[in-house]
Amino acid sequence: MSDANRKSKYTTVSIPRALYNRIQKLIEGKGFKSVSDYVTYVLREVVAMHEMESQEEPFTKEDLEEIKKRLRALGYI
Amino acid sequence: MVARPHGGRLVYKVVKDSRRERMLREVEELPRIKIDRNTAVDLENIAHGIYSPLTGFMTREDFESVLDFMRLSNDLPWTMPIVLDVSREDAEFFDEGDLIAIYAGDTPLATMVVEDIYGYDKKEYARKVFKTDDPKHPGVDRVYHKEDLLVGGSIELLNQLPNEYERYTLRPIETRVVFRERGWRTIVGFQTRNAPHIGHEYIQKTSLAFVDGLFINPVIGRKKPGDFRDDVILKAYETLIANYYPRKSVVLSIVRYEMKYAGPREAIHHAIMRKNFGCTHFIVGRDHAGVGSYYGPYEAQEIFNEFPDLGITPLFFREFFYCRRCNGIVHEKICPHGEDARLRFSGTMIRRHIMEGKAPPKEVIRPEVAETILSFDKPFVE
Repeated sequence: MSDANRKSKYTTVSIPRALYNRIQKLIEGKGFKSVSDYVTYVLREVVAMHEMESQEEPFTKEDLEEIKKRLRALGYI
Repeated sequence: MVARPHGGRLVYKVVKDSRRERMLREVEELPRIKIDRNTAVDLENIAHGIYSPLTGFMTREDFESVLDFMRLSNDLPWTMPIVLDVSREDAEFFDEGDLIAIYAGDTPLATMVVEDIYGYDKKEYARKVFKTDDPKHPGVDRVYHKEDLLVGGSIELLNQLPNEYERYTLRPIETRVVFRERGWRTIVGFQTRNAPHIGHEYIQKTSLAFVDGLFINPVIGRKKPGDFRDDVILKAYETLIANYYPRKSVVLSIVRYEMKYAGPREAIHHAIMRKNFGCTHFIVGRDHAGVGSYYGPYEAQEIFNEFPDLGITPLFFREFFYCRRCNGIVHEKICPHGEDARLRFSGTMIRRHIMEGKAPPKEVIRPEVAETILSFDKPFVE
C-alpha cells in the first residue's frame, strides 16, 4: 500500500459554520491541531459511551457452570 | 458493571472437545509453520480474548493502521502490532485463503485461515512502535530478528503451551465471573514483574480506596538474569495479601505475556488487556513498560490523553518513597522534604540485601515478604 493510500483514511462530514467557529476558538492553545482533531476526539468519546451499553458473552449457561466449578476449586469464589 | 470487552465482545477461540479431536487429525494434512514461544503466547492470548477484539494475527490493513494511527482499521484504539512472522521459504507452501497449522515444536497449537501475506519495513515498525530504531532496544532487536513476511488471519486454538502456573492462571472469561460473583462493579488492574515492596503496596491500596476490587496480575514471561523468579513473585504476593490486604477485595492471577518495552504504546496495550479481564481502571506508574532512557518518565501516562474512547480509566501515580521526616510513605507531590530524608524503593538495594541473605529495611519491604523471598535458595533468575 502506498504512503498516500495509508494516510487517506478520512472522509468529510459537515457541521454548521457557527459551530465550527466556536470550536476553533475553544481549542486555541489546548493541544488540538485542528477542528477535525477535536471533533474526532469528542465523537470517539461519545460513540464509545454508547457502545458500552451492550455486552455479549461468548459462553453458554453450561460453560458458565464449568467455569464456576473451577473457580470454586481454586478458591476464587 | 465489569468493563465491557474491548470492541464489545469477548473473543473466545479455543476449540471445544467435540471438534478438537477431529481437527487434531486434520491438521496433520495441512501446511504447517513453526512458531517460537513468544508468538505462541500471543496466540494463546488471542484465543482466550486477552487481546479482544483480535481473532487472529493482524492483516496488513490492521498492522499499518496500528503503526500509523494507533488504532485498528475499524478505529478501535490499539497500539501494539500482534503479528505472525514467517520466512519466505515457509510462505512458499501456502496461499491466501488456505487453512494452515501452527506448531510449537511437534505440538499443533492452532489452525489459521490465511487472509493476508505481506512484507513490511522493520525500521519503520521499530521507529513507529518503539520511537527508536536502535538495535540495543530489546523490543527493536526482536523486530529486527523477525522473519521477512507477516501472515494475518483468524486462529483457533487446539492445544495450550505447558503452564507450570495453571493454578494461578485465570482467563478473561473466568475473571469476569469472579468479579461478578464477588459483586464488584469497579476493579483496578495492577501489572507487575516484581516481588512487592511497600511502594507497590501503597499504589495498590490507594487505588483500592476508590474501587471495589484489586486485580493483581503478574506478568509471567522471559526474564533477565537478576530478576525475581516467577515463583518467588507469586509466593511474595501471597504472603503480602495474607498479612496486609482485605482478602475479599483482591484477586491474584498471572498472565503469560512477553514484554516488548514499548513504553507509552505498550502502556495502552496493557490497559486494553486488563479491560478484557474486566477491569474498569488500570494503574500506570512511572516509566511504565519503559527500558533504559528511551521514554520520558511520565510519557506512558501522557499518551492516555489521546484515547478518550479507551473504555478503561487509567490511574496515574508518581513514585512513592519513605520519608523519614514525614514518617510515612509519600510521593513528591505531597512531601516537601529533600532527598536526604527520602528512602527510595530501589530494586538494586532490595536485591543487594536479599543476595546477602538479609531482609531489606521494613520501611521498604514487609518483613513477612522478605522472609518469604529469603526462604528460596535462589530467588533470582541466573
